[in-house]
Amino acid sequence: MIDNRVFREKRRELLSVYFPAGYPELNSLPDIVMALDGEADIIEIGIPFSDPVADGTVIQAANTRALANGITLNTIFAQLRYVMDRIATPVFLMGYLNPILHYGVEPFCQQVASLGISGVIIPDLPLDYYEQNLKSIFTSNGVNVVFMVAPNTPNERIRRIDSVSCPFIYAMSSFAVTGGNALLTATHASYLERLKGLELRNPVLVGFGIGAPDTLAFANSNANGAIVGTAFVNQLSNAATSTEAVRALRIQLGLDINHKN
Amino acid sequence: MNLNPDSNGFYGIYGGAFVPEVLYPNVLELQYIYSEIIGSKAFVHDQEQLLRHYVGRPTPLTFATGLSEKYGARVYLKREDLCHTGSHKLNNVIGQILLAKHMGKRCIIAETGAGQHGVATATVCALMKFPCKVFMGAKDMTRQQPNVFRMRMLGAEVIPVQSGSQSLKDATNEAIRYWVANPEDTYYLIGSAIGPHPYPDMVARFQSVISREITTQLTSQEGCANPNYVLACVGGGSNAIGAFYHFINSSKTRLIAAEAAGKGVGTGYTAATMAVGSVGVIHGCKTRLIQTDDGQIVEAHSVSAGLDYPGIGPFHAALRDANRVSYLSITDTEALTAAFDVAKSDGIIPALESAHALAVLPKLQLKSTDVVVVNLSGRGDKDMETYASIDATSMP
Ligand SMILES: Cc1ncc(COP(=O)(O)O)c(C=O)c1O
Repeated sequence: MIDNRVFREKRRELLSVYFPAGYPELNSLPDIVMALDGEADIIEIGIPFSDPVADGTVIQAANTRALANGITLNTIFAQLRYVMDRIATPVFLMGYLNPILHYGVEPFCQQVASLGISGVIIPDLPLDYYEQNLKSIFTSNGVNVVFMVAPNTPNERIRRIDSVSCPFIYAMSSFAVTGGNALLTATHASYLERLKGLELRNPVLVGFGIGAPDTLAFANSNANGAIVGTAFVNQLSNAATSTEAVRALRIQLGLDINHKN
Repeated sequence: MNLNPDSNGFYGIYGGAFVPEVLYPNVLELQYIYSEIIGSKAFVHDQEQLLRHYVGRPTPLTFATGLSEKYGARVYLKREDLCHTGSHKLNNVIGQILLAKHMGKRCIIAETGAGQHGVATATVCALMKFPCKVFMGAKDMTRQQPNVFRMRMLGAEVIPVQSGSQSLKDATNEAIRYWVANPEDTYYLIGSAIGPHPYPDMVARFQSVISREITTQLTSQEGCANPNYVLACVGGGSNAIGAFYHFINSSKTRLIAAEAAGKGVGTGYTAATMAVGSVGVIHGCKTRLIQTDDGQIVEAHSVSAGLDYPGIGPFHAALRDANRVSYLSITDTEALTAAFDVAKSDGIIPALESAHALAVLPKLQLKSTDVVVVNLSGRGDKDMETYASIDATSMP
């Protein structure tokens, strides 16, 4: 069952943690998801792709490794089928368009819906193409799509994105691919201020370059929460277990390590 | 057949602008300014001046006596190899650099495979005083060394790309990443008929000067405007679309594109997108591409760095579906043989890419009255190392 209450009820300091399926080992996913359950508000699982153009070197390398491990969409669905009943945290899938198109949008949506996935994030799916060609397939299957905004997105377009995106909006922190360091300047604060001023129906989560207490606090104080990707992927490659990686991430972010949400 | 994409940039099911939201304002601005400028008198004037006095256009249409005798037809070579910098690539960058200047952009980025587009971009950046960064696969930097030196001498920064296959696909990924991180002041100068709308249409139109000149030249040299055949090699598809453009609606003319089969279509070491590819999204457009059963893009393979790309422009995908252009696969060996043949028969050393187009000639059933135009997209200077290594071992 999809349980998206955190977006309505907690709605602040939401922490979403990303990692790609098939990394570091082919079958790591269930273990990592269980380690994150209760430690993150949202779990975002990447569908690895050969050509991730919005990602920096760390996530690129993790994608390459996952593909070399033999990860496929069907394997991801099988792993999720095992783990989804064992956790309470909402799970999202994040992946580039080509593997989803190739799998078939309809069968993809059927799988996603039957697994109780809370939504999908497709960074290279443009809003207009979605609305004209794919929206009916996603909505008839009851699959949510999360859209992104960036510092150069005009207000009218943000409003349109807000009317389609569900159950949150993914705000790119600054002009960067993943893995940089989000800049905490007045310009960036005013961009998030602008988002706040629009009084959007969706909560806004800030991603790209969040991986330290200052950037996390910045996202939490200027928006509804943060998305952490590269920092967690780095922890996964260093730590001996998933639990240790989660613990190390919380320490890195300056969060209480005994806390359960 | 309609030469223009629809307002969303689609040629039938192919095309579009599949970019992350952060690049949406960029492609929108580009679509708007491009459509505004393309017909403006001032732009057309500046473009024509540069094409004439800087690029050296019109390029000759050479009657190839050796090839004509060998194949028993009237074979012409459209001499894009004689453009300044040695290939057709300069036609496109002249148009785009004028656009970038008009848009007030401050920095130019480009991807390159063979280095010809990189050299062309570095050249116009020197001319127009733009800082220039060229992304190039590390493997391509080795096999096209002279072009790396040329770009640096022209003042460009050449950025080696270590990811993936270290060739054109990965260079393009890296250029897109840079663009995502610097969308406001950077102009991405794409080198082939690929990418998000409006690039495929823009590149096709800037390259269409090739077929426009062929029409005039054939009229005066042969007494007819339309040839029986036009042959061109296809990587992303810019020289081919430029050579085909004015003949697409001429039913008399057969259009044949040569894609790189690499070691062979069935070997897994190939860049023959039409032969082994299927529909998907690559580098911002929906088109045909080489992919696995799981929708992962496959690394292409070709001896020719400029054709070593697992996708193809969306207009080509539509031309294929409409059966308007035939796409033939030419192996590394066939291309190399064609290159050595034309060097001896006509005194022209072609680029390895262009050699793929020449390698189509022996596959045609030609009549003595047939007029065949082969688009010689570039010269072979950059490929001397490859040619030398082959010559020493196996070539006649
Ligand atoms: C001489 C030459 N011909 C052809 C190509 C292939 O590109 P396109 O298919 O865009 O013409 C290249 C690319 O580098 C080239 O240098």
